[in-house]
Amino acid sequence: MNHIDLGSVLRQTVSANLYSNLVTRPTGAAVRNQIEQLMQGAQERTLTVLDFSHVSMMDFSCADEVIAKLLLRYCDENPPHEAYFLFRGVTDDHWEAIETVLERHGLALAIEQEDGVHVVGVLSERERRTWEAVKRHGRAAAADVATEMGEDESGVRSTLDALWRRRLLMRLDEKYVALGGERAG
Amino acid sequence: MTTVITVPPSLDDQTFEQVLEQLAPLPPDEKILVDARHCRWASPYGLTALLTLAQTRAERPAFAGPEAEDTAGYWARADFYKHAETLYDMHGTVPRRTPGDSKVLLEVTPVARSEDVHDVVERIQQKAQQIIATELNLDAKATVGFAMTLSEVCQNIVEHAGRGGWVAVQAYSWKKRLGGRRVVQIAVCDAGIGFRNSLENAPGRVRDDRWDDGAALEAAVIRGVSRFRDPGRGQGLSGVRRYCGRWEGKLSIRSGTARIALVPRWDDDIPLEENLSPFPGAQVQVTIPERAATKE
Repeated sequence: MNHIDLGSVLRQTVSANLYSNLVTRPTGAAVRNQIEQLMQGAQERTLTVLDFSHVSMMDFSCADEVIAKLLLRYCDENPPHEAYFLFRGVTDDHWEAIETVLERHGLALAIEQEDGVHVVGVLSERERRTWEAVKRHGRAAAADVATEMGEDESGVRSTLDALWRRRLLMRLDEKYVALGGERAG
Repeated sequence: MTTVITVPPSLDDQTFEQVLEQLAPLPPDEKILVDARHCRWASPYGLTALLTLAQTRAERPAFAGPEAEDTAGYWARADFYKHAETLYDMHGTVPRRTPGDSKVLLEVTPVARSEDVHDVVERIQQKAQQIIATELNLDAKATVGFAMTLSEVCQNIVEHAGRGGWVAVQAYSWKKRLGGRRVVQIAVCDAGIGFRNSLENAPGRVRDDRWDDGAALEAAVIRGVSRFRDPGRGQGLSGVRRYCGRWEGKLSIRSGTARIALVPRWDDDIPLEENLSPFPGAQVQVTIPERAATKE
């Protein structure tokens, strides 16, 4: 698992090293490029923690460049590699911008909070329930999740695969693991 | 020959139109003297717009500052003269900023690059927290939104203007409206290409008979149209609109010959004003008022 402190990346990226706010598109693009460089040479499948603990606030433009474009690139049909992201240290001071760009692009992400990992953003009710079922299981096959949800296995498998393509679940052989779950981290 | 342009005694976004009406018939290379001797008060918009005005002139203009000592002192503390000296031939004594803590929230500051926006946001954060929570009685969440709003309106210059502009922020009691409630005001002015030119070839633009400054402002502010094909664009102004809506704020943007305003209940401004005197670039003002309930 990689850990990227966005505060450090920000200070390495912009010319003066005293800034603590993720603002402006050029800064966002530079930070995203730096994140991708840090991920270069990674294995076929990676889980990266993006840590906002040392970022004071983020504006809409920067959130679009850092978060939306990163997720769009790695949730694409042909991503550079199988990359998963877990967001840590996100506070109310970051949330408005993040929520706005997730809604704009129809994206969702896994976020680590005091009471565990949650998925936030644009998800259908079915996707949300399915993700929660996998999280409770730890590592689960489609049949296990279908049994728990009392639903048809093929329909559940289709939702699990959709969540995997959105990089909210890992797919390990025939089993699924929620990001941030015991066996995913 | 030099033409004298008289600055009204109280200079804000509304009265600045009187300045532009005097300028409208003059060619850009005509020598002008901007006479602010009898000006007693200026909003952040007034100060930044005066600097922007100088940028629009082909012939370096002259400037005579306020005669009233307190007014001149405030303009000096707001760093108006520091920048005016680079743009105007100054008449009379130029007041100097005295050392010490200024009560100006954000002095008149040039914005041309992304780094300037970082500087502005870092500088405002601590002061914004104090003014938003203690003077405007708004929720702490409004502080972050304020910094985001400031960042996005400044980025408008960096991304679209094609030349540098100015930003200033100040808080004061609004005597004319709101029964003397406190307001905080952001003003961001540039003399760049303006909304109409910026959006001329925007992918989402509806090509119909009506394409003028008013239509361009409506497209950008109401429909979130951007000149970039990137679907993530246009979120900045949308975010500013939402922020103003949530905190009963007012957003107004003037560009070219038009001015659009998102008018809150406490104001009676015109939502879209057209056929104004021409002025290049874009001039943005955001006003956030003190929460009314706390006064009742």
